[in-house]
Amino acid sequence: MAETKRIITIFLRLLALGATVSATVAMVTSHDSAEVLNIKFMAKYNTAPSFKFYVIPEAIASGYGLVALFLSRKSWVDGLIVIMDVLIAMLLTSSISAALAVGEIGKKGNGHAGWLPICDQVPKFCDRVTGSLIAGFAAAIVYLVLNLYSLHVVLAPLFPV
Amino acid sequence: MGLQSGEKLAMFKWSYPRNRWSLVVLRLLAFLAAAAATLVMVLNKQTKTFVVATIGTTPLKLALNAKFHHTPAFVFFVIANGLVSIHNLVMIMADLLRSKFDYKGFRFPMVAILDMLNLALLSGGANAAVFMAELGKNGNSHARWDKICDKFEAYCDRGAGALVASFIALAFMLLISFISILKLVSPSSHISNNNN
Repeated sequence: MAETKRIITIFLRLLALGATVSATVAMVTSHDSAEVLNIKFMAKYNTAPSFKFYVIPEAIASGYGLVALFLSRKSWVDGLIVIMDVLIAMLLTSSISAALAVGEIGKKGNGHAGWLPICDQVPKFCDRVTGSLIAGFAAAIVYLVLNLYSLHVVLAPLFPV
Repeated sequence: MGLQSGEKLAMFKWSYPRNRWSLVVLRLLAFLAAAAATLVMVLNKQTKTFVVATIGTTPLKLALNAKFHHTPAFVFFVIANGLVSIHNLVMIMADLLRSKFDYKGFRFPMVAILDMLNLALLSGGANAAVFMAELGKNGNSHARWDKICDKFEAYCDRGAGALVASFIALAFMLLISFISILKLVSPSSHISNNNN
């Protein structure tokens, strides 16, 4: 039973680690340039504060995921890991929702504000950011599943149904 | 794991409010803040007429309005805050009518899980809206997006007020979620509360 729990949590943590690392890397390496009317403008992730904010929690979650894989199994460390999992899941949901809000504007524009979509001019940037957002969303979902599983493992002995 | 960590949580017991009403008061405050955020954002509307061209001596006017549902992030914000206020209202009712229902011990995990889910939802809604508002306030020169707050000042101010209320609700929801989870892992400290 303890072995099954350990295998499942390690599997989920590896999945989340892969998702957060790929989200961070894809966002940081996304850049494209376009020339419109002889004006060259570069699209990088740090032109949008939302994407800058997105990279930070993903990087924190990657580092934490790496550390949490290798921590020893004392009971107080387990409790601390559960608390940190909840915090990191919250961080991930915040960052992905912020990045998705701005990314949606970049893809579809906002006719009422006169904001044109930029995905046609910088397609490589757009594709890489889309991939990063998908990975970040998957990471948030995997952390949610991890939290629910930890909660289930803690609660199942207390409430036999 | 929950049973043997009872003594490890002794350091939390001094800060855990034993009073039954403290959680209800916190939920009431969170409900008020989230409901205020929802209402202010839903009723946020501003219309302004702009002069777009001048033909001869008569200026051509165009009336543009800014409403919350022009922006999907604000729609998500309204939905998230609405759901959180409904959740808090239902939890207050469930707490006040505790003696009439028998939850068969399922109540504490359900409350903790729902609190955590609503916390994540509220955090997502507030963050999406705040970055959209930052885009509206500062624009983005790289993407050629003009800022709109210099033209629609009242809309921006009211939106900022709704965002502040939502973040206050987020702080309260964090406290509530923390207390609910503490109630979950140390159930022996309030078995007496159950019979109230």
